[in-house]
Amino acid sequence: MLLIYCPYCEEERSELEFRHGGDAHIARPTNIADITDEEFQDYFFLRDNPKGLIFERWRHIHGCGRFFNAARDTVSDKFVMSYKAGEPKPNLSGEPTATEKTVETYEATEGTAK
Amino acid sequence: MADQALRKAPLAGRHGGSAGARVTPAAAATRLSLRAGEDAIGTLSLAFGLELPRRPKTSASVSGRHALWLGPDEWLLIDENGTDLMGIASGVSALHSATDVSHRNTAILVSGPDAAGAIASACPLDLGNTIFPVGAAARTVLGKIEIVLFRSGEEDYRVECWRSFSPYAFGLLAEGAEDAGL
Amino acid sequence: MSGANRIAGQGRLTPARTARFTFDGKTFDALEGDTVASALLANGVHLVGRSFKYHRPRGILSAGPEEPNALIDVSRDAARRQPNVRAPVQEVFDGMKVSSQNRWPSLAFDVGGVNNLLSPFFAAGFYYKTFMWPKAAWEKVYEPFIRRAAGLGVAPTEEDPDHYANRYAHCDVLIAGAGVAGLSAALAAAEAGARVILCDEQPEVGGALHFDTSVKIDGQNGYDWAQATAARLEAMENVTILTRTTAFGYYNHNFVGLVERVTDHLARPDKTLPRERLWQVRAKRVILATGSIERHMVFANNDRPGIMLASAARTYLNHFGVAVGRKVGVYTANDSAYEAAFDLKRAGVTIAAIVDNREKPGEAVLAEARKLGIEVLTGHSVVDTKGKLRVSSMSVVRNGGGSARAIPVDALLMSAGWTPSVHLFSQSRGKVAYDAASGRFLPGTYAQDCLSVGSCNGTDGLQATIEESLAAGELMARATGNEGGGKVELRGENAFEWTGGMAGTGEGAGIDTTVKAFVDFQNDVCAKDIRLAVREGMHSIEHIKRFTTNGMATDQGKLSNIHGLAIASEVLNREIPKIGLTTFRAPYTPVTFGALISHSRGELFDPARKTPMHAWEEAHGAVFEDVGNWKRAWYYPRSGETMHDAVNRECRTVRNVAGLFDASTLGKIEVVGPDAAEFLNLMYTNAWDTLKPGRCRYGIMLREDGFVYDDGVVGRLAEDRFHVTTTTGGAPRVMHHMEDYLQTEFPHLKVWLTSTTEQWAVIAVQGPKAREILEPLVEGIDISNEAFPHMSVREGKICGVPTRLFRMSFTGEAGYEVNVPADYGEAVWQAIWARAEPLGACAYGTETMHVLRAEKGYIIVGQDTDGTVTPHDASLSWAVSKKKADFVGIRGLKRPDLVKEGRKQLVGLLTKDPKVVLEEGAQIVADPNEPKPMKMLGHVTSSYWSENCGRSIAMALVAGGQARMGQTLYVPMPDRTIAVEVSDMVFIDKEGGRLNG
Repeated sequence: MLLIYCPYCEEERSELEFRHGGDAHIARPTNIADITDEEFQDYFFLRDNPKGLIFERWRHIHGCGRFFNAARDTVSDKFVMSYKAGEPKPNLSGEPTATEKTVETYEATEGTAK
Repeated sequence: MADQALRKAPLAGRHGGSAGARVTPAAAATRLSLRAGEDAIGTLSLAFGLELPRRPKTSASVSGRHALWLGPDEWLLIDENGTDLMGIASGVSALHSATDVSHRNTAILVSGPDAAGAIASACPLDLGNTIFPVGAAARTVLGKIEIVLFRSGEEDYRVECWRSFSPYAFGLLAEGAEDAGL
Repeated sequence: MSGANRIAGQGRLTPARTARFTFDGKTFDALEGDTVASALLANGVHLVGRSFKYHRPRGILSAGPEEPNALIDVSRDAARRQPNVRAPVQEVFDGMKVSSQNRWPSLAFDVGGVNNLLSPFFAAGFYYKTFMWPKAAWEKVYEPFIRRAAGLGVAPTEEDPDHYANRYAHCDVLIAGAGVAGLSAALAAAEAGARVILCDEQPEVGGALHFDTSVKIDGQNGYDWAQATAARLEAMENVTILTRTTAFGYYNHNFVGLVERVTDHLARPDKTLPRERLWQVRAKRVILATGSIERHMVFANNDRPGIMLASAARTYLNHFGVAVGRKVGVYTANDSAYEAAFDLKRAGVTIAAIVDNREKPGEAVLAEARKLGIEVLTGHSVVDTKGKLRVSSMSVVRNGGGSARAIPVDALLMSAGWTPSVHLFSQSRGKVAYDAASGRFLPGTYAQDCLSVGSCNGTDGLQATIEESLAAGELMARATGNEGGGKVELRGENAFEWTGGMAGTGEGAGIDTTVKAFVDFQNDVCAKDIRLAVREGMHSIEHIKRFTTNGMATDQGKLSNIHGLAIASEVLNREIPKIGLTTFRAPYTPVTFGALISHSRGELFDPARKTPMHAWEEAHGAVFEDVGNWKRAWYYPRSGETMHDAVNRECRTVRNVAGLFDASTLGKIEVVGPDAAEFLNLMYTNAWDTLKPGRCRYGIMLREDGFVYDDGVVGRLAEDRFHVTTTTGGAPRVMHHMEDYLQTEFPHLKVWLTSTTEQWAVIAVQGPKAREILEPLVEGIDISNEAFPHMSVREGKICGVPTRLFRMSFTGEAGYEVNVPADYGEAVWQAIWARAEPLGACAYGTETMHVLRAEKGYIIVGQDTDGTVTPHDASLSWAVSKKKADFVGIRGLKRPDLVKEGRKQLVGLLTKDPKVVLEEGAQIVADPNEPKPMKMLGHVTSSYWSENCGRSIAMALVAGGQARMGQTLYVPMPDRTIAVEVSDMVFIDKEGGRLNG
């Protein structure tokens, strides 16, 4: 179970108090009624699902109730940081992205099986 | 004119717990869900006669009236004397939202040396003395439900929950109290 | 006497304190503190079970949780019976009943033993290869047969009468394992002031000090030091010691699951005690002091009863005072086994010989063996054993060849060295690294805030372990902000340093494909099976594991993993680290469902939410239905009435007189602030700025994709205050959805949301006499038709208490919804009932509510819509504002698929035979004679007998439904095809006049 730092409560609290809210920094177009099908598709349907660093929304739903953003490594589940909603996306280009192999197979270590 | 309708508390008549942690329903109280921005805190504090807390997980109490910090713009006000809190709020012109939740919530008091242990049977908060001292308050979970936990004394906790969840909360706390007392 | 093999003066149990138990019906005496294993051994019982696949006789292999063989069934009574209990872990209590498993008709004569003779047919991968065909036979023939023939104990059939507890705990430092390392670390951390939790799976602290009597710490015997240290820690306020407590799972962010066994060792446990207690620990730092597990030697017939780990024999002697044999052989590749021989010899047991696979054992142990007159055969191997139900001899050859010498023994101790217990480390997602020098996998890269100390970290030597552990304890305490205390120092000494160890097969495992040299005892995996797996193309250790099932039993390969890996490495001719270790998964040892469920049983399984009027409803005979967690009155049968009768009566009564309905479960949200109307404009398809205070409107909420998400009536109480209602099931998610948009998309709006669902009890009074019923009870509100028309809201008083009174209807009748503060709900309901009943009104439940709303074509979101329905599909276009520039879903509604012709649309259906009631969910087709697969046009969403219409009515989603009005469609059912006519959805009072009555 994750331990999540809430930037409003200023402490780490159990995952039980939180709800995940999908990718962060996807702004609803202010002219949404007028955007094209492709723009709507990008806004509403398409996500990157990266292996490694992801910026995502959480809500401290059973705590302070606030939505906030967090940067998490999807492989190790480590949080790099969390920050308040509305704050700019932090530049974490220096953070190493995950390289951990989830399953060590013969193929991964030795190439194709004979 | 019809007879005046009588109140019926959701946990009327219940008792439970152990020697180390007594679990009892709290008396009726008036409650307010108070929402306001930074600018209004001063005015509202004056009106309610206590300093609305600005720090997470803290509270302010003056003679039976408590203001619990729930979020950066949210407080739960509880008045054990039954004062009309909505009436006070309606006199404040500073921008805020006040909603009466006196009947939405009910409270369970958990008291005694094993009170923290009883609550820890179902609540993931760290209740250590330095981390959750007297006066600390937080919205959190108890088993499968949401609660607001308020430490009103060294060995005294107030568990606020929505009324329909209160039998579940009471049962859980009673079981927790029995186990904590072992 | 508690067993003939108990040696006077040996062990730590008190001879006077006895307990009696039965094993397969026979009564045995034991001492308090015995495990089932030690008590059976004391009584000379070695045969305790039959193996999984071959049904071979099996004995006790270990003295700990790694035990693969001695799995037993333990019971207090019929309901308190647990299968697959490890005999070396289960403590004896007076009156316990123990049974062996996986044998029929008896342990000594087991018919399934024929599997052993048939074993050529049960090679690795046998299941996959043999039972492939025919497919249907798997379920009916093969699987039931295999499950009966193979397998472990039998699950109890009765409900578990025990209760279980849960505790969330927080600490600075959690230490798993209370041996030398764990105790030292705990001492250092606790002295520095850290909040410490120290847990150990055994009944007492001490770990390896249970058997290793040659250890002294600070001049004290090791075991005594451990107990004294525990007492010292116990006295500190910042320390919690949990014994009989297994750290079974190491999860994210230092979240560790412990299970404490509270009563399983007690003869007559106090009923208030939970059987087990789950500890969910969040530790700032974790210290793993989990020790190591001795490995067995892999050679032919190494599984006979009486063959066991050397450290286990030492535990039975030094802790339990039990000699595991009278003429004991030792087969080892490691020095540690010598000490077992020394201890036994000193206790008067004959040591037949120590057979050492190595040419050069440690000098010190060799010297001591000579001194004690024990024969040591270095460079020799045990290549076979004999003995039917207990080992009777070992067959020894010089490595490299020569003739075999049979040495009679009644027990054979073995040690291939020690495997560090990296299970928890590995579960923490730490990466192990192979240390070629010692042939061990050790903690490599850490993934969490933890440290391994002692032998689980590959640290050899007592003093090194102590120093490493003290340093770790202090470091972790300092790292969590503790600054107290001075340095703790401890001085340890032991008689011998151990060297050696091997993995894989010795000489005796042979390459012969019929030799059974067991690698994994519990799953009956032999060395030959692993070789076969490689030959058959399994080159990844993950494949080998699954093909052979090595390490997949309940012991999770605690003994077998390293051997299996080494054999694969040898056959593949690849180094061990290149093959890789399979991943260790939680739990470390099996955990009961009871512990995981803990308090969530019976009434505490899930909250049962009841409305303020529940008691009245119950007293008036209501039958309840579950709606989410809510218990809602479903219908109120009177004596002799079926559900159908009751619902028909209620439906008639509401339309002819009036009815009372408990609508308290409806979600309610108070929306307050100067921008409240603007916010609602964005959240709903309708326009709210035009709604005057005192008026209500039905609103539809969409998701951004244009599909209906929720609906409800919204009343405007003041310019800046709205009372929003949601569906019962939708209340929490609608609140979350609104908060999401408010906080993250529209944070500039000055508005706040508060859930008031439970603030208000809601009493719907519906029907022609509704006003007559309410009028005398209401104060301060003129509820005449003119002053208080349909879709209005007023605040005032009823029965002397505050009310928000709504004039609204979900029945199509003139009606009111009386909102009162919840604690007054029952009293106000009673007052209204007192007026309603004499007028002939009734209380009605959710079923009648459903019928009445369907008669009017009012939809239920989630029943008539399913997340793919737009307001246009549901004939609710009128509720979608065409003037607003924005609302959630405005763009989604324009998506090509959502404006396409032929979408499924909500319509009414009238069966040609008015008596036939359609099944909800039934499919609809145009041509009943079309060959299969038929083209499905849609399905029935709501269907009822309508007493008021005198016929059945239904709603359905039908492709192009609006254009099919009057068409005949068909609903094919298994026994017949039902013809239906497409109609509009309003079946009663099409003009709507009754609403304003």
